[in-house]
Amino acid sequence: MRRRTLGGKVFRAMLWVAFGLFFLFPLYAMADFSTRNLIAGGRTMQAWQNLIADEALYQSIVISLLLAGFTVVAMLLVLVPTMIWVRLRTPWAKGMVEFLCLLPLTIPALVIVVGLRNVYLWVTYFLGESALTLTFVYVVLVLPFAYRAIDAALAAIDLKTLAEAARSLGAGWATTILRVVVPNIWSGILSAAFISIAVVLGEYTIASLSGYQTLQVQIVQIGKTDGPTSVAASLAVLLFGFVLLLVLSLLTRGRRRATVENVVQPGVAA
Amino acid sequence: MTTGVAVELNELTRLYGSVKALDGLSLHIEPGELVALLGPSGCGKTTALRILAGLDEATSGTVSVGGKDVSNVPANKRDMGMVFQAYSLFPHLTVLDNVAFGLKMRGKAKSERMSQAADMLDLVGLSAHKHKYASELSGGQQQRVALARALAIQPRVLLLDEPLSALDAKVRAQLRDEIRRVQLEVGTTTLFVTHDQEEALAVADRVGVMSQGRLEQLAAPADLYANPATPFVAEFVGLNNKVPAQVSGGQAHLLGTSVPALEGSIAGPGLAMVRPESVTIVADSAGTSTISSVAFLGPISRVYAALADGSVISAQMASSQAKAFSPGDPVTVGVEPTGVLVVKDDAA
Repeated sequence: MRRRTLGGKVFRAMLWVAFGLFFLFPLYAMADFSTRNLIAGGRTMQAWQNLIADEALYQSIVISLLLAGFTVVAMLLVLVPTMIWVRLRTPWAKGMVEFLCLLPLTIPALVIVVGLRNVYLWVTYFLGESALTLTFVYVVLVLPFAYRAIDAALAAIDLKTLAEAARSLGAGWATTILRVVVPNIWSGILSAAFISIAVVLGEYTIASLSGYQTLQVQIVQIGKTDGPTSVAASLAVLLFGFVLLLVLSLLTRGRRRATVENVVQPGVAA
Repeated sequence: MTTGVAVELNELTRLYGSVKALDGLSLHIEPGELVALLGPSGCGKTTALRILAGLDEATSGTVSVGGKDVSNVPANKRDMGMVFQAYSLFPHLTVLDNVAFGLKMRGKAKSERMSQAADMLDLVGLSAHKHKYASELSGGQQQRVALARALAIQPRVLLLDEPLSALDAKVRAQLRDEIRRVQLEVGTTTLFVTHDQEEALAVADRVGVMSQGRLEQLAAPADLYANPATPFVAEFVGLNNKVPAQVSGGQAHLLGTSVPALEGSIAGPGLAMVRPESVTIVADSAGTSTISSVAFLGPISRVYAALADGSVISAQMASSQAKAFSPGDPVTVGVEPTGVLVVKDDAA
């Protein structure tokens, strides 16, 4: 193992401090601003209380969280079985599916909105004007990120052999996917879910252009009249995202550690 | 203990585009019998097994198990246990849960399936490892668990798809013997696919040698070894010397002696397929052949001799005998009076 010199350790610590300040200072500034009483001076938690007390803001938070939840569920229901099926039964279609999943990355949000306008006429005709109908377009929007996470998890297991073993033992396709494949790509599914939540909670353009009041749209609107509440909402979303990524990191690190321990101490007898 | 059933593959053909993986393969396996399909990579043996398992579909032909056509029955309804070439234990389950998985799929109560799974682990000698995960086991242990898992469901047919190929030589020999012991104990009809002739000859009641999607010969190991029906079988099962010979009156004349020509031999001039263990080498100062090299293989050695025409023939003998020879020694080469297959000399 390579030993670190004292100079190396100091340099490493300096980097940590520099990057920490770079990322934490804006957050500190946001926290400071959101708790500042701009009229009477001193500190107040009014902006944070508004997150719940302001009915429109509260509703937009609920809508955004529901959108994130629905998007994750719909994305997983569409993507996981499709990717497993493609790898097992139609490997020739993998390139095409990958291309389709990555396509939203290359199309500007404005173009997506214009393109989806006619489709959404039908969507609103059948499902009403609810902001939750944004779920459909958000599922498309998160595909590139979710695809990469799940694809990496599927590539890490011998999917074909595991599926065939389950089938030969009497499992149907649904059981094979739910009881054998999903538990073994769980870290990829978690990654896909958390990244999708982060994307949905940060999406502004499509919601705004479509005229729906999601959290991001509300934050921009409130920011025009009530700066501290707008900043408090932004900081809350950022912290929520950080917590999600931290949970993801802890969960996947636990799995990685278990794997490494198993590799280090394999059975020895034949 | 399960009761074996008969398995019948009838005129199976499998096309992958223009490639014919199986070309009218027919095979009958008796109840409780272990048949090994032996052949080089790409000969169609695994395709045949996968079609029997329901994991692949035949382009034409039928599969019958216990007298019933199962060609259109999906894999999860065929009631066949399978051990794969790749390690196939479910990584998220313990050894015990892996073995009990198939029983769970059959709706067995938890206490019953855990008890049966424990019995199966006893059978393969891995009870002490039942709470471990696959990643905590060696390759040999994983394949033994896979065997227990396949047998736990009391399958009508056991399918073994090169289960030993990923293991080292010593473990392979141990597990090979264990597979045979367990198979005889439970009496399940078994199809064993391998490219290793020693493995096939050691475990099987009958061995089917395949080439280019066809069954070249199906016979008991000793019969297959002694009486190869085709040049391919003779060459694939055992290392063979090709010696110029002349066949007349059922006798093959080669190396100055006459031996019986096996059924399937051509008449007239050809090449005799002579196994190294049938070749005799005698030290002879007047001999027209000379020793070219000696390869020590432990208890046996392989001695190579250059014949008068320049061709090299190999003989297998006990190392104690072989140490009498050194490169350059003049010798006389002969053949033991066992039957040889004489084939057409394509170069002639």
